[in-house]
Amino acid sequence: MNRQPANILDRPLRASRAGDTMVSMSSFAYLYSELVQYHQNRVDSISELERRLESSGYGVGLKMLELLAYRSREYKREIRLMNALQFVSTTVWKSLFGKPADSLERSIDHADEYMIVDYEPLTSTFVSVPSDFGQLSVDAYMSGIIAGVLSGAGFSARVTAHSVQLEEGEHSTAPPSQFNSTNLPPRTEKAVFLVKFSPEVLERDAGMDR
Amino acid sequence: MSKATSNGQQLWNKVPKANAELFALTYGALVTEVVRDADENLATVNEKLEKIGYSIGIRCVDEFLAKSNSPYCKTLAETAEVLGKTAFRMFLGIVVDVVQHSPSSFSLNFQDNPLSLFVELPENYKELEYSILYCGVIRGALEMLNYKVDCQFVKSPLKGDDTHEIKVDVKQVMSDGAGEDYQEE
Repeated sequence: MNRQPANILDRPLRASRAGDTMVSMSSFAYLYSELVQYHQNRVDSISELERRLESSGYGVGLKMLELLAYRSREYKREIRLMNALQFVSTTVWKSLFGKPADSLERSIDHADEYMIVDYEPLTSTFVSVPSDFGQLSVDAYMSGIIAGVLSGAGFSARVTAHSVQLEEGEHSTAPPSQFNSTNLPPRTEKAVFLVKFSPEVLERDAGMDR
Repeated sequence: MSKATSNGQQLWNKVPKANAELFALTYGALVTEVVRDADENLATVNEKLEKIGYSIGIRCVDEFLAKSNSPYCKTLAETAEVLGKTAFRMFLGIVVDVVQHSPSSFSLNFQDNPLSLFVELPENYKELEYSILYCGVIRGALEMLNYKVDCQFVKSPLKGDDTHEIKVDVKQVMSDGAGEDYQEE
């Protein structure tokens, strides 16, 4: 008799440890490149391509939040804005990319803007943007993920990805970690994810200080 | 342990890795997109996903040949062994059983499927070949090795089977060199 496979809801949500549920980075790169090409064939402009990559990432962000919430043993939910951002740049980043984001900064000019910086974003590891594509940042998918996680947690925000030229000596490449030895030349750009929160989110957060 | 298996294991230990969950969710995002664009016409969706796989296949075979140092395969049986034991291991980290049916056909059986990590198909989507991407990849990769193949999922846990089975039938072995159009008079 045919053994019925366990219903997907009955299967354990295996906690992801390094080396446990992994695929090769090139498999991901091939798949991601197909996702980008798929969208690229259906848009007329660079910004539209970024929007579509973001919308693909958005759903992934929502699902990651759910997954991480189930796996966390603390059963708590971040309600403060800074904590939510920390959660994104450490917990979410670690589980998706195997390392925390390189920095989390608050914009000096705008109180509602924060920046998450990654010197070696996974999604653009094997991508070189042609010069006629202007300011395209293929990390838009990652900004969609961030937006998904934050919105799911109740912090609606507009997140955009930007590739920014590295300044001289800004990021001395650390020795490649075990999982990231790609033998690629050092990056000349970093990814900056600009998080702009909606006014009501900031209002609510300010209210909690009182 | 066969040579192909141990080679696969070594390669797997060496290659840079990415999170399989991100991989699964990204593929999910792609499938959702295709389904939406095809107006839920599942035959079209299958076809498109297979084409996407094909375009991955014709490129990833290069990476495989460059990195794997696999011995020259003289028969289809050897090619199948390397495909299942070395290539699948190197790219996806999964263990695949290779079953030969005849000199021109074989099956790949496996339990873990990184593409469908979180997937359950709704009742009205049973016609969707969710993981058909693999078929495209195999077709593309083998075509670069001069095998024209027909590749399909025979079993899939998404449809109630207990394991995955991909069946590969070789239709034609192409000859090397430029096509007739390019031959000199």
